[in-house]
Amino acid sequence: MKVDQTKPLEYSTEQNNLNILGFWMFLGAEIMLFATLFASYFTLEGRTGSGPSGSEIFEITPVIFETFILLTSSFTIGLGVHAMRLMNKKATIAFFSITLLLGLAFVGFEVVEFFTYIEEGAALQTSAFTSILLSTLGTHGAHVTFGLFWGLFILIQIKKRGITPETANKSFIFSLYWHFLDVVWIFIFSFVYLKGMM
Amino acid sequence: MDFFDRFAIPHPSPVIYASMVAIALTLVAIVAGVTYTKKWGYLWREWLTTVDHKRIGMMYLISALLMLFRGGADAIMMRAQTALPENTLLDSQHYNEIFTTHGVVMIIFMAMAFIMALMNFVVPLQIGARDVAFPRLNALSFWLYFWGAMLFNISFVIGGSPDAGWTSYFPLAGNEFSQSVGTNYYMIAIQIAGLGTLITGINFIVTILKMRAPGMKLMKMPMFTWSALITNLIIVFAFPVLTVALAMGTIDRLFGGNFFTTTDGGMDMLWANLFWVWGHPEVYILILPAFGIYSEIIPTFARRNLYGYKSMVASIVLISVLSFVVWVHHFFTMGQGAMVNSIFSITTMAIAIPTGIKIFNWLFTLWKGKITITVPMLYSLGFIPIFTIGGVTGVMLGMSAADYQYHNTMFLVAHFHLVIIPGVVFAMLAGLTYWWPKMFGFMLNERIGKLSFWLISIGTCVAFFPMFISGLDGQARRMYTYSEATGFGIWNMISFVGAIMLAAGFVTIVYNIYYSTRYASRDISSDPWDARSLEWATHTPVPDYNFAITPQVNSSEAFWDSKKNGHKLFPGNYKEIHMPNNSGVPFIMSAIFFVLGFALVFSIWILAVIALLGIFACLAHRSFEQDHGYHIPVEEVKETEEKLGGARQ
Ligand code: HEM
Ligand SMILES: [Cu+2]
Repeated sequence: MKVDQTKPLEYSTEQNNLNILGFWMFLGAEIMLFATLFASYFTLEGRTGSGPSGSEIFEITPVIFETFILLTSSFTIGLGVHAMRLMNKKATIAFFSITLLLGLAFVGFEVVEFFTYIEEGAALQTSAFTSILLSTLGTHGAHVTFGLFWGLFILIQIKKRGITPETANKSFIFSLYWHFLDVVWIFIFSFVYLKGMM
Repeated sequence: MDFFDRFAIPHPSPVIYASMVAIALTLVAIVAGVTYTKKWGYLWREWLTTVDHKRIGMMYLISALLMLFRGGADAIMMRAQTALPENTLLDSQHYNEIFTTHGVVMIIFMAMAFIMALMNFVVPLQIGARDVAFPRLNALSFWLYFWGAMLFNISFVIGGSPDAGWTSYFPLAGNEFSQSVGTNYYMIAIQIAGLGTLITGINFIVTILKMRAPGMKLMKMPMFTWSALITNLIIVFAFPVLTVALAMGTIDRLFGGNFFTTTDGGMDMLWANLFWVWGHPEVYILILPAFGIYSEIIPTFARRNLYGYKSMVASIVLISVLSFVVWVHHFFTMGQGAMVNSIFSITTMAIAIPTGIKIFNWLFTLWKGKITITVPMLYSLGFIPIFTIGGVTGVMLGMSAADYQYHNTMFLVAHFHLVIIPGVVFAMLAGLTYWWPKMFGFMLNERIGKLSFWLISIGTCVAFFPMFISGLDGQARRMYTYSEATGFGIWNMISFVGAIMLAAGFVTIVYNIYYSTRYASRDISSDPWDARSLEWATHTPVPDYNFAITPQVNSSEAFWDSKKNGHKLFPGNYKEIHMPNNSGVPFIMSAIFFVLGFALVFSIWILAVIALLGIFACLAHRSFEQDHGYHIPVEEVKETEEKLGGARQ
C-alpha cells in the first residue's frame, strides 16, 4: 500500500481516494432519494383524508430537542475528525462516542414521537399524509439508526487498530454521512415541522 | 396446510404445471451435473466468489441471454394469442401476466443486464485499468441483480405472476384490483435488482473518473466509455426515484399504506409521475450505451476516425439532461391541462435534436470510409434506418394533442419496439459479436451471424410496422383479443410471422455460439478486427491483471496510433501487480436478499426479520474484515506474458 504523506491520512492511499469519491456519488443518490420523498411529501401534505393534519399532531418541544441534539452531534463528529487528523486517538474516540450517544438520544426521541403519533390516530395507514410523513421521517430515522451501528463498528476498529489510513478513511466517510443526515434533518425541520405548524 | 395455501397459483393452467416440472427437472439436472463432474469447488472459487470484472461481465452476459429467451417466450405467446381474432389460446388473465412479465424481464433483466455485461467487460480495458474501483461491490451488484431476477422469475410457479403491466399503474396495482402476490413480486424483485444497478452506477463513475490510464484526458476517452460514464450518472440520479416509488408501492400493498390508493387522500397519479421520472431516464440508460457501441464499431469498420467527437460527447450530455424533463409525455392524456402538456411536448421534441446530431455523425463517419461488412457493422448499419423510424414516430407521439389519438394503442407499441430493438438489442448483439473474440478467444461464425442479422432485422420490421396501421385504426394495446369485424386480424397475423422470424433469429444466435465454440479457430490475433481502442492492446485471453504495464495514452485512439504511428503504448518494465481477493460474501448476502424478498412477498414476517439480520451480519463482517488483496510477483507477470505470446509494445 502506497501512502502519500503529504495528504491527510484519510486521503493518503489510492483506494482511500476512490472510497471518498464513491461515497460522494452515493450521497448524490441519497439526495435524489430524499428529494423524491420531499417532493412526494409536498404533493400529499394536504391530503389528510379522515385523519389529522400536520398542525394537529406536530409538537414543537420534542422537535426542538431532536434538532438541537442532532446539530450538536454534527459538531462533535467534526471535532472527532479534527482530533483524528491530529492523530489523537483518545480524543477521537471520545468525540465519536459522544456523537453516537447523541444519535442514540435522537433516535429515542423519534421513537417516542412515533408512538405518540400512532396513539393520536396518525398511523402509517391513516391517510396519504400520514403515510408519507412517517415514511419520510422513518427513512431519515432508519439512516440514523443504521449509522449508530456503523459508527460503533468504526469506533471499535479505531480502538483496536489505532488511527491508520484505513480507519481514518472510514471515520471520515462516516462523518460525511452524519453531516448529510443533519442537512436532511434541517430540511425536515423547516419544511415538515415548521411549515406544518404554521 | 393454511400456511402453504398462499404459495398456490391463483390462476393455474397446464402450461404452468408443465413449467413447474420443467424447472424442477432443470434444477435437479444442474445440481446432478455439477456434482457428477465434481465442479462445485471450481464453480465456487472461479465464478461465485469472483470479483474480476471480466468474469462478472460474462455472468451478466449469460443471465441476459437466458432472460432474452424467457422474455421471448412471453412475446411469442402474446403474438400467437393475438394472431387470430377471438383466439382462445390464452385467457385474459394469462395474457395480462405475460405482457407484464415480458416488459419487466426484457427491460430490467435482459436489456440492463446485457448493458452491464458489456460495460463490465469493456470499460476497464478501454481505460487501461486493472479492474473497477470497487471490485467487491461489483460482484455484489451482479448477485443482487441475479437474485432479484430469480425472485421475479419464480413468480409464475409460486404464488402467481404480476399482472398490472410493466408500468404497474395504481390503483390497478393496488390490493383492491391485484389481489394475488404477483405485484408484490414486482415491487420487491425490481427493488433488489435496482439496488445492484445503483451500486454499479457509483462504481463505474468512480472507475471512469479516477482510474484512466495516464494521458487519457476526459476528451480522449473512447466513445463507449463516455456513454458508460453518462449512463451511470443517469443511473445514480434516476434509480433512487424508483427505489422510493417501489417502497411506497410495497408499503401500500403489504402494510396498508395510502400513497396510491383512491381513498384517504391517496393519489394514484403520484405513482405514474414517480414511475416515469425514473422511467424516461431509464430508456436513455438503455440507449446511450448502445450509441457508444455503435460509435466504436462504425469507425472500426469504416476505417476512419469517428466524425465529430466533441459533438458526440455534447449530444450525449444534452440527452442525459433532457431525459429528466420529459416524463409527462407518457401520460399526456391523464389530465394535466394544456399548458403542462405543451411544455413537455417541447422538451420531448427537443431530444430529437441531439439524437439527430448523432445519427448524422455516424453517417459522416461512413461517408468515404472503406467499409467492410462484418456482422457488427451490419447491425450498426441496420440500426440507423430502423431506429430513425422509431424516433420519428416518437416525435409524433410527443405532440400532446396528437397523442390523444396514439396513446395506448399499438402505434405506441410499434414506436418503442422500433427504438428499443435496433437501439438496444441490435447494439448488444453487435457488441457481443465484436467483443466476443476478446472475451472467449475465438470469433463467432460470420455466415451464421449474417443469417441472424437478416432474420432479426427483417423480423423486427415485419413484426412491428403493421402495428402502426392497426394502432391508427384504433387497436388498443394490452387487449387479449378483438373481434373479427375490427379488421385487425391481418395486421396481427403479419406481426406474428415477424415474431417467428425474430425468434428464429435468436435461435440461430445460440446455434452460432454452439457452432463456433466447436469449430472456430482458436488461433486468432489479439486484435482480429484491426480495431482502435485499448481493449485490443492486451492479450487474448485477457490475463487477470488486464495490462502487465499500464498503457500510456496520447490521443483518443492510442492503440491505433501505436500500430500506425509508432506511439509507444507500454513504456517501462514489469512491476508487481496488486490484485483484489475473491469473496463469497456478495453471493451469500444477495442470496439472503432473495430470502428476504421472498418472505416479504408472502408476508412471512419471522423469516423476513431473520433474513434482515443475516444481511446486517454480512455488512458487519465486511466492516471488520481486513482485506488488502494480494500481489502478483514480477516473475509471474513475466511468465504469464511470455506464455500469452510475448510482451506488448
Ligand atoms: C426521439 C426520441 C424519442 C421521442 C420523442 C419519444 C417519445 C415518446 C412518447 C411521447 C411516448 C409516450 C407515448 C404514449 O404513451 O402515448 C413514448 C413511449 C415510449 N418510448 Fe419513446 N421516444 C423517443 C425515444 C425512445 C427511445 C430511444 C426509447 C428506448 C430505448 C424509447 C422507449 C419508449 C418506451 C419503452 C415507451 C413506452 C412505455 C410504455 O408506455 O409502456 N423511446 N416515447
Ligand atoms: Cu419517455
